[in-house]
Amino acid sequence: MTDLSGEAVTDLDEEAATSLDAGTVASLSGAAMTAGQHLTGTGGDALTVDGISVRLAGREVLRDIHFTVRAGEFVGLIGSNGAGKTTLLRVILGLQQPSAGVVRIDGADRPRHAPAVGYVPQKVLLDPDMPLRARDLVGLGLDGNRLGIPLPTRRRRQLIDEMLRAVGAGLFGDERVGNLSGGEQQRVLIAHALISRPRLLLLDEPLANLDIRSEQEIVELLARVAREQQISVLLSAHEMNPLLPVMDRIVYLAAGRAASGTTDEVVRTEVLSKLYGQHVDVIHVHGRILVVAGRGDGPAEPVGEDGAHCAVPDWL
Amino acid sequence: MTHLLRMIVEPGFFGNAPVRVALLAGGVVALVSGVVGMFTVLRGQAFAGHALADIGATGGSGAFLAGINPLWGFVGIGVVAAGIMEMIGIRRPRGRDVATGIVLGAGLGLAALFLYWDATFSNTTGATISVLFGSMFVISGSTAGVIVVFSLLALTVVGLLYRPLLLSSVSTDMATVRGVPVRITGLLYLLAMAVAVSLAALTIGAILSTALLVGPAATALRLTSKTGLAVLWSGLIGIAATWLGILLAYDSFYWPPAQHGWPVSFFVVTLVFVFYLLAQLPAVGRLSGARARRARNGG
Repeated sequence: MTDLSGEAVTDLDEEAATSLDAGTVASLSGAAMTAGQHLTGTGGDALTVDGISVRLAGREVLRDIHFTVRAGEFVGLIGSNGAGKTTLLRVILGLQQPSAGVVRIDGADRPRHAPAVGYVPQKVLLDPDMPLRARDLVGLGLDGNRLGIPLPTRRRRQLIDEMLRAVGAGLFGDERVGNLSGGEQQRVLIAHALISRPRLLLLDEPLANLDIRSEQEIVELLARVAREQQISVLLSAHEMNPLLPVMDRIVYLAAGRAASGTTDEVVRTEVLSKLYGQHVDVIHVHGRILVVAGRGDGPAEPVGEDGAHCAVPDWL
Repeated sequence: MTHLLRMIVEPGFFGNAPVRVALLAGGVVALVSGVVGMFTVLRGQAFAGHALADIGATGGSGAFLAGINPLWGFVGIGVVAAGIMEMIGIRRPRGRDVATGIVLGAGLGLAALFLYWDATFSNTTGATISVLFGSMFVISGSTAGVIVVFSLLALTVVGLLYRPLLLSSVSTDMATVRGVPVRITGLLYLLAMAVAVSLAALTIGAILSTALLVGPAATALRLTSKTGLAVLWSGLIGIAATWLGILLAYDSFYWPPAQHGWPVSFFVVTLVFVFYLLAQLPAVGRLSGARARRARNGG
């Protein structure tokens, strides 16, 4: 069982990694194919991360990361603080150069001037002193790269109003962004990222520092956006539970390596133990999942309320 | 009515040629400083603005020494200093203050030397005062023309970069993803800021020009939440402070000590400060509307 689960994990051993990865990518995208096509009917990968490694100040932060996000899929990028989630997102965005590997973003049949990727960074400091209304920030998502002062055309206003309503920010469009609550700011930032109609939306810890209710609202909003507008969502979080109801697939990041697949495929004792390089227990409690560092270095024991969660899937 | 007006505006105020040039040049410079300054505040670059202003003293004093128009000294040194700051790494959040501080220190060291030479070797006795505290009333017509040209240049740069600057003030990552060339945008803005404070160095002095850069902007952002309107307010507040300052300085010729007059820079900077204090009053803060909604929602 332990040997087989190695296939879902990018192995630390480089020589073994090449052969294992080919298998992983093939089997994982095979597993996802059904879900992806079921959802979109079009298929096609919105994002392919192929063998990405990143070295920062001599330390290997990410090592040979592989996964794909298909059109219209909601994918959670899960990992603890310092696991490399932000770095990985920055590589996908082209803000950080990888030391190896390629990122492919399907940008075909896109209108000109519209970026293929929308981005909501972590910790955007929105100063209450800043004379910037929610609608101004959304407008900058539309044409923030253009020269000159924006002309207040009816079309522009309409687009911004529609977008604000779509994210449930219609009521505070004229407020200063800095005066909005954390959840309200997230909605505005999401509107900023979405108004240019990207095919892929990346969000870096959008649920951090939100109260439980806002957290749930933002997750539902993103799931609805992904479904209705056929936008692929890749969202990083250190906590997977709020995402369980909406997540099509998971990319689990630990110790600089990643395992990807459906939650049931990836969040299992033997897969995560291999990924972390130490024994962890995956415990299912009332529909929530806890990953707990275990003791002992013997072979991983399946842990869970339901034995079926730990069964080896066919593709392994 | 006429009597009241004559009490406020001394006879001959508008008939006085230096006053007219001061009103024109001072007003244009205040407008540029206010507009550019709004972005200085938004981008958190007040220290860089202050440093560029102070370094103007190096260029101004050097120009007096060389016998050329101090305007060229101010602008020249400002542009060079901005370039060096960018090279040292002003775009890195942590390197920013260090780069600024190092360039500022080196620049002021040269200023000390030049001002010393100005005072000891050449006959430009007033150099120190006019470099540090401005020379609004002795601007020549031709210099005023150059000031207007530079002002238009700085305003054009900021006008063109309006959206990229705003977006990169919110987040450089968001701006980069949206296709903004963040580095070149930052450098061009730094140059526009250097020009703005250099021009203000000529009117109200190298060490006071920060006040005109930061003060009106800090005041304006209390008045409205609309970015464009805030930029406009900032420029208008700068103009108001400058014109009122010129008026008071003209009137002060009859204030004690009689027949000497008070320095115009003092009035301008003090008025900027007074405007800022007035804007901090709670009633003014409510103009931005944010607090009102909070109160409605009970949160």
